[in-house]
Amino acid sequence: MLISNKSKQNPTDIKPSEITPRAVFEDRRAFIKAAGTGLIAGAALIATKSKAAQIAGGETKGAGLLLGRANQGTPLMAVDKKSGLYNPHQKISGVIKTPYGADEKITKYENATTYNNYYEFGTDKADPAKEATLFKPRPWTISIEGEVKKAKTISIDELMKLASLEERIYRMRCVEGWSMVIPWVGLPLASLVKWAEPTGNAKYIEFISANDPATMPGARVNVLDWPYVEGLRIDEATNPLTLLAVGIYGELLPNQNGAPVRLVTPWKYGFKGAKAIVKIRFVEKMPLTSWMKAGPNEYGFFANVNPEVDHPRWTQSSEKRIGGGLFAGRIKTKMFNGYSEQVGQMYAGLDLQKNF
Amino acid sequence: MMSKQGILKVKIAIWLMAFMPLFRLIWLGVNDDLGANPVEFVERSTGTWTLVILLVTLSMTPIRLLTGVIWQVQLRRLLGLFMFFYACLHITTYVWLDYSFVWKDIVKDIIKHPYVIVGFSAFVLTIPLAATSNNAMMRRLKSNWKILHKAVYLIAILGVLHFWWLVKKDVTEPLYYAFALAVLLGIRLYYKQKSKPRVAKTQNSTILDAQIN
Repeated sequence: MLISNKSKQNPTDIKPSEITPRAVFEDRRAFIKAAGTGLIAGAALIATKSKAAQIAGGETKGAGLLLGRANQGTPLMAVDKKSGLYNPHQKISGVIKTPYGADEKITKYENATTYNNYYEFGTDKADPAKEATLFKPRPWTISIEGEVKKAKTISIDELMKLASLEERIYRMRCVEGWSMVIPWVGLPLASLVKWAEPTGNAKYIEFISANDPATMPGARVNVLDWPYVEGLRIDEATNPLTLLAVGIYGELLPNQNGAPVRLVTPWKYGFKGAKAIVKIRFVEKMPLTSWMKAGPNEYGFFANVNPEVDHPRWTQSSEKRIGGGLFAGRIKTKMFNGYSEQVGQMYAGLDLQKNF
Repeated sequence: MMSKQGILKVKIAIWLMAFMPLFRLIWLGVNDDLGANPVEFVERSTGTWTLVILLVTLSMTPIRLLTGVIWQVQLRRLLGLFMFFYACLHITTYVWLDYSFVWKDIVKDIIKHPYVIVGFSAFVLTIPLAATSNNAMMRRLKSNWKILHKAVYLIAILGVLHFWWLVKKDVTEPLYYAFALAVLLGIRLYYKQKSKPRVAKTQNSTILDAQIN
């Protein structure tokens, strides 16, 4: 059942105009600076004297940016042709503003892109932003496999054309007890599921992330059993809230946030959001996820945000909102991260204490 | 042997160095440079320095055992008190900045989470040690003082365990602390065994030396 857009509109939702302007949250350590509006027109880029640029191709002075366009003006290529590096500050045009919003203040871009749990790039939250510079999210293909009629490999650009790209402002609650509010850009996973035509045996979907030790230093260490695996029940996957995100803050995803495509399930703990997805596999049995393997008593398959079910390490009844500063204190964590209305019915009759 | 003046100089240096982590935090805080999760940053930083100073304190005696140099043993009290100082900052951060003095939630957090119980126990144990660290208490407690202050070993073990259990997956960093503590306690045990008569000699004193250096 699809939720009507109109019924979800409420006065407390964040209006697009209230989002912090791009310039305010400009990442100071960004290694490629776009020259004025040249970005949109595909004009010359000036790569600054960055570490990344030096590693990749020595002194890059003026690098051309190849820019293709999809039907909605969506950029097809986001790679700096000369340096071969992915340009993280690539605006996505033609994004539909949907009323999915949160009534909280949006997290600063700088915080959302420098405080990340992405163990393929290191276990410290500052690691991904520093270590993900060599990772290349283009060209990229995603293999659609298993119990589907359309088992085939599609490119990221094809994926981005499967449905209109929408902006969704979601709360993100990490199992570690902190949270952010992030404006994602992506397409409903439901549109991919529909396109793939699952067979009657498809009960779950397994998401497999990239595992490239050459460009992912954290993947050289056996912190988790690589590649990273996540999963959803088919009804969770087709819930209107579930998003395949390709961007944040109106731009393509930076590497550290899961470029080129990641899963977003705002009512679940953040680790459910598989990043840099390379395989989407429709399966009959519940997939064994990376975190379930790592700590079965700590991480369950559902991983729904639940203030009633405590984690052995972290309090789940309250959380720290990133950006609040030193003295902001904690806020109460809501059941299903405040998305009960949209997702609660999927778990009716399920013992959430056991199925955590 | 170090002169009295020499020791005073070393102590002044310790005072200056020991305040640096705190000044750094204040500096970063004033400049809004504590990162996305400033409370976690302060918690981590004060916790780390508590452990580091504790391990430095615990290395004074092994240095004496290994080298025969004894003057640095006089630094233990000062170092131990700075460890207590950072432990207090650590717990203040937890109670105030993290939990805003909401005692109900704090008690729940302590009871329900093993790493918090362990850390909290370690902190509670440091209180009597800090309170009896002056000369008057040393004289009053006589031989009991030594027994009481053996609690520092337990505090160190609990402190490292606290760090170990708090880590989600990658235990590399706590492993360094556990290793350092194991070496420091190992040296003590080795010399204790050695000083006992009729005890067979163990063969790894040179390995321990190498690890310490």
